[in-house]
Amino acid sequence: MTDLPILSLMLLVPLVAGIVCLVVSSQTARTVALAATLIDFALGIVLWMKFDVGGAQWQFQESHALFAGFAWKLGIDGIALTLIMLSVFLMPICILASQSIEKRVGEYMAAFLLMEVLMIGVFAAQDLYLFYIFFEAGLIPMYLIIGIWGGAERIYASYKFFLYTLLGSIVMLIAMIWMAQQAGTTDIPTLMQYDFPVDAQKLLWLAFFASFAVKMPMWPVHTWLPDAHVQAPTAGSVILAGVLLKMGGYGFIRFSLPMFPEASAHYAWLIFWLSMIAVVVTSLIALVQHDMKKLIAYSSVAHMAIVTIGLFSFNVQGLEGSMVVMLSHGLVSGALFLCVGVIYDRLHTREIDRYGGLAINMPKYALLFMLFTMASIGLPGTSGFVGEFLSLSGIYQVSSWVAFIATTGIILGAAYMLYLYRRVVFGEQKNADAAAMPDLSVREWLMLGPIAAAVLWMGVYPESFLAPMRNDIAALDARLARAKPESDAKLTMGAPKPHEETAHEGGAH
Amino acid sequence: MDWMQSLRLAAPEELLSISGLVLLLASAWGQTAKDARAVNWLAVLVLAGAAAMVAPTLCQGIGGEAALAFGGLFSADAFAAFAKLLIFAAAGASLLVAPAFFERHGGYRAEFPVLVLFAVLGMCLMVSSTNLLTLYVGLELNSLAAYVLAAFLKADERSAEAGLKYFVLGALASGILLFGMSLTYGFTGTVSYAGIAAVTNAGLSKGALFGLTFMLAGLAFKISAVPFHMWTPDVYEGAPTPVTTFFASAPKVAALALTIRVTIEAFGGQTAAWQQIVGFAALASIVVGALGAIGQKNIKRLLAYSSINNVGFMLVGLAAASSEGVAAMLVYLAIYVPMTIGGFVAVLMLRDESGHQLEAISDLAGLSSTRPLIALGLGSVMFSMAGIPFFFGFWGKFVVFQAAVAAGLLPLALIAALGSVIGAFYYLKIVKVMYFDEPAGKATGHSDMVHDWLLAVSALFISPLGWLLTKGLGALAAIAAGVLFAAT
Repeated sequence: MTDLPILSLMLLVPLVAGIVCLVVSSQTARTVALAATLIDFALGIVLWMKFDVGGAQWQFQESHALFAGFAWKLGIDGIALTLIMLSVFLMPICILASQSIEKRVGEYMAAFLLMEVLMIGVFAAQDLYLFYIFFEAGLIPMYLIIGIWGGAERIYASYKFFLYTLLGSIVMLIAMIWMAQQAGTTDIPTLMQYDFPVDAQKLLWLAFFASFAVKMPMWPVHTWLPDAHVQAPTAGSVILAGVLLKMGGYGFIRFSLPMFPEASAHYAWLIFWLSMIAVVVTSLIALVQHDMKKLIAYSSVAHMAIVTIGLFSFNVQGLEGSMVVMLSHGLVSGALFLCVGVIYDRLHTREIDRYGGLAINMPKYALLFMLFTMASIGLPGTSGFVGEFLSLSGIYQVSSWVAFIATTGIILGAAYMLYLYRRVVFGEQKNADAAAMPDLSVREWLMLGPIAAAVLWMGVYPESFLAPMRNDIAALDARLARAKPESDAKLTMGAPKPHEETAHEGGAH
Repeated sequence: MDWMQSLRLAAPEELLSISGLVLLLASAWGQTAKDARAVNWLAVLVLAGAAAMVAPTLCQGIGGEAALAFGGLFSADAFAAFAKLLIFAAAGASLLVAPAFFERHGGYRAEFPVLVLFAVLGMCLMVSSTNLLTLYVGLELNSLAAYVLAAFLKADERSAEAGLKYFVLGALASGILLFGMSLTYGFTGTVSYAGIAAVTNAGLSKGALFGLTFMLAGLAFKISAVPFHMWTPDVYEGAPTPVTTFFASAPKVAALALTIRVTIEAFGGQTAAWQQIVGFAALASIVVGALGAIGQKNIKRLLAYSSINNVGFMLVGLAAASSEGVAAMLVYLAIYVPMTIGGFVAVLMLRDESGHQLEAISDLAGLSSTRPLIALGLGSVMFSMAGIPFFFGFWGKFVVFQAAVAAGLLPLALIAALGSVIGAFYYLKIVKVMYFDEPAGKATGHSDMVHDWLLAVSALFISPLGWLLTKGLGALAAIAAGVLFAAT
């Protein structure tokens, strides 16, 4: 496409800046980190501009045989493009949100920049092992972010996060080694077209499932998420919810579905059951939380369940819907964690009961928080609606019962989000210190404003985001067609009514 | 002419033995600390010289008949050269860190580098052996020097205890090994590997199987594989830290290379007979090494268990019984040596204000804020040992798994991989103590330049930059392993 290796450049900029951050003073580190993430965002925009919608499936490809056994091979399709955009869009906001971090600022910024490198790497890698390396290496900076800058229970949370995800992905590594030896290549686009024997597919699928289900996270292996979220610093939560969880969904859409279509169909009901349980159970759990971050964390699990349901509906609506839910959830849950962070910075508590009546002293905050609450519920006009509607209509074509249960998630989602909003923003001002909190500062506007704009953009004109991935979704759908599960609707064509009768009735009016 | 050829092939060993003897004589006269330091530097130079002599053998991939010396008792082939290079590097690093340590513990003595040279000579014989007798001579030469090294701090009770324990258990292991060798000789009628292979290729008699089993048990002692690992934590903890650095690196390489030689060259036709034994030892080492390390309070004991754990992963490669598997083991070894040395050098750098060594894990608390560079180095070593990618340690585990999967040992690879998650737990604990805990403020003493440099070099090697070496390292390991398989 272009001579400039833009993907490598996007990896290099934060990497270099991260190393610089380690050696400079804390104020400089903040500036360097912000500048690097903004440069990466600018590069991301260039990437999006230059991306040829409807052109070749894989664009911006780079390949260098640097290592033994695998290659430095990068390239993106529309699906990866949107997720990379999400990452580079959220990163500068995370850096801005880290103003309240005061200890070891240089190392903190370095960890975040390294995180950015690894996230972009995961979405851009076109070599199986390269993907694994980026995927797995992300554990280190996140472990440090939670463990060093987290809350009171940070050590337990960081261990749980690390060991859970490591256990999941190590099984995937063995499966990858087997696949590469079977297919004789580590090239992901080639593997996406390779047909593994069905029996092997089933085992491989389970191995990949072990990794992605933990990352996603799916019920019942989601328990690391609330702990990690609650203990992580605000920006850590944003990255965790905004991008890291998407790696699970990306894994399903990039590996499990195209590489093992038959196995995916075989295990679709496993996914459906786990997702249905997740939607109902975690929504109910969210309803009784006293901790704001925990509530949003559980809502993430419920939203991710909608994603998996959509992915395994094996049709275009479901797949597109899942992608939009992922993007939308990345923005909205990130924004909700930022909203929590805004008031946490002022009062240093996440107890819902300590707040109340914020609409009186923080009207602008209340407005933005309202927008993101509505987007999380899936109100038409916001990004949440587009994704959830598409996912649910996708699954409706496969099973109306699954669709029915999954839809209760929307209702329960409205219940817990509105209940949260009412307790925090409306009602009396119970506590004097909460009532005295100042409204949003310029920095906080700069964080929340762009996300609000993006949420509305995606809600009103989702075509901008759907267009780049349309061909890729269609290709995936074609690949999955042979394994498509049968619909439970069993539509039977009625006998056509006699022509004369309609004409007669028409005439009667 | 034949003798000249043999002497030429064994030139590095001759250099080592002659310089060892000369330096021993010199040390009888030079008893001051300055002399000891000079002898130390000379020994390092000798090792570098020997490495320079060995390197061409590896690059040219010499093997088979061309490498055989002394009527087939000794083989200076590329495989031995690979192992020797690692041994020289490990021994050199241990020598570099030794003087500073011993000077703080009652003075450095010139005997130390001399003993190391003799131990290295023994190891060279071990990895070059093509005959059970060479094997035993090399092993004992190495062991005798090692027993003395472990007890080098005469006044220190723990050091003396370590030396005694090492001696008693080592002698027992040698006995078991000898018993296995005699059985093997009795049932095959020969002591040369090629001869044993020729007999056993036709079929393994019960007696020879017993011989093989006892030999593997004896070797398992030397590589500290489970269930013959019990001596490791005690000896590693009690021995002076530079000696532990040496024990954890060089003899491991030698004993593992020796195990490869015995299994592949002598019993290569009967892989089914030892594959299960090696596979069991591998998994048991991984699991016991990981679980045993969790409760440790002393960093040296923890590193001892970690070395047991690492040996387990290397044995997974041997269990594959393929050229690829042996190459994977060699790559693993090449990554393991700098990793271990980095770890122990970092431990050596931890001193309190008055210069005393710190060994308790709780003393590491908050190291990242008091001594950020040591913390960074030790942290990299820990992540690397845990096999988390981006650090080079992952590559070692990866190639080993790859070889095991290619050999059809999927369950073995899977269980080993899951075992690495248990291992990750205690490596993370060290990182946690260094980075998450409040500073204990104990490690405040200054470290020497040599330590700084060694830690920096090993940290750079295991950092992501190491990935660029994968091609060269893989090619060299493939040459070395190929030589071994071409011979059988």
